[in-house]
Parts: sequence; C-alpha cells; structure tokens
Amino acid sequence: MTSDLIVFLVLSLVAIATALGMLFSRNAVYSALFLVLNFVTVAVFYLLLGAPFIAMSQITVYAGAIMVLFLFVIMLLGAGSLGPSKVIPWQRPLAITLAVVLAVESLYLIISRARVDRIIAAPDAETNAMAGLRDMAMTLFDQYLLPFEVISILLLVAMVGAIVLTKQEKGGAKS
Amino acid sequence: MIPVNYYVALSAVLFSIGALGVLIRRNPLIIFMSIELMLNAGNLAFVAFGRSYEVLGGQPFFSGQIFVFFVIAVAAAEVAVGLALIVEVFKTKRNINIDELNSLKG
Repeated sequence: MTSDLIVFLVLSLVAIATALGMLFSRNAVYSALFLVLNFVTVAVFYLLLGAPFIAMSQITVYAGAIMVLFLFVIMLLGAGSLGPSKVIPWQRPLAITLAVVLAVESLYLIISRARVDRIIAAPDAETNAMAGLRDMAMTLFDQYLLPFEVISILLLVAMVGAIVLTKQEKGGAKS
Repeated sequence: MIPVNYYVALSAVLFSIGALGVLIRRNPLIIFMSIELMLNAGNLAFVAFGRSYEVLGGQPFFSGQIFVFFVIAVAAAEVAVGLALIVEVFKTKRNINIDELNSLKG
C-alpha cells in the first residue's frame, strides 16, 4: 500500500462523511459548513490530480463565494430548520432505495468495466508549482476562446437576473 | 499510483449522495447544496479522466481542467439566480418548504 493510496482513502472517507453530514444535518447552517469541508476536500483531490489552478478556483469560488452566499441567504430567511409538514409516506423509503440502486449500479459498472492500465501518477513538485499553467492558459485562450466569452456573457446575465428578481418595486407594489 | 477508476468510483458515490439529498430533503436550500455536490462529483471525474490522458498526441492535455473551469463559472451563475428565486418565493409565501409550494400563482 503506497502513501498515495493511503492519502486517497483517508480523503475519500472525509469527503463521503462530510457529504453524508450535509445530507442528514437538521440545521441548514450545519449542512452548509459540512459542504464547505467537502469542497475543500475535493480541492485537495485536485491537487493530487496535478490541477493546482482548479484547486485554487474551487476554494475561492465554491468554498468562498458560493457558500458565503448560501450562509447569507440561510440567515437572511431564518430558514435554518423548517417545521414539520405533510409528507407522502412512501416517498422517503422509495427515494433511499432508488439512490442506493443508482450507487450500486454505477459502482458495478465502474468496477466491472475498469481499465486497469489507466494509472494516475502523483504530481511532481513542478506540477504543483503551477508550471503547466502557461500551457493551460494557451489552451484556454486559443482553443476555447469562444466558450470563455460566452461564460462572461452568462455571468453578466445571471447578475442582471439576480438584481431584477430581488428588486423592490417603488411603493411596495410588486408586479 | 492510483487507478483512475478509484476516482470515478468516489465521484459516483458523491453523485449518489447528492441525488439522495435532492430526493429526501424538504428545504430548497439543502436541495441546492445537493445539486452543488453533484456538480462537484462530475468535476472530479472530469479532472481524473483528463489527468489519465495527461499527454495526447505529443501535446499536454488540459481540456478536462478547462471544462471544470467552465462548470465552476456556470455553477456560480446558477447559484446567484437560484438563491434570488428562493428569496423571492420566501417574500411572497413566507414559507419555503417545498411541500407547501404547490401552485405557480404568485
């Protein structure tokens, strides 16, 4: 058992445990904090995969910006925990069964059709010093320039949409 | 030295947990977080597959990482609009339990 494998197994345990913690917390604030930990764990996986730029974007955008937005909305609405409501009695067991079936099926396919020759080597010091960043930027701004511009328009549209949706009309009357 | 299918298996498990969260939770904020978890699982698989084709045709291969970059940007846009919608629903109905939200009328 190599040290790579030990690191991978410990990190996957943390990732799965925090995902389950997010799922089963009664309070939405705890869920959000568990999810932050999960995102940071995934960022460490990106470092293991030799993608330091993606790891840093993951921490800044996901664990930073997006989760702060979530926490802000949870506290703004006071929606930490919802009261009881009428639920369809068979919905929850059926959902759990179907999710377990999904997990088992996909794991079966992944294990039975595995290509064992595809091995991921641990990144060397040069990779994590962002040495490949220049090449990545060349690919991004050369081969993927149009998608990059489309993303910037999408972000602008999302910003305008968020402002329009939450804007208070004058006089309190809302259309 | 980790086979790429370990990463894909982990990604499948995280995706299933996210799908379960969408199905069993009644709080739309937690459903949103589960969707983010599923996006993350997909991203992990992208980076792992991209890394397994580190060099393709003599060129370094970055398409997996660039696709993840785009997915992160789209997720940020989606969260901004989605949370604005949830805030607006809360202002109209004073309640965001999705069992109570069963009409389209504002």
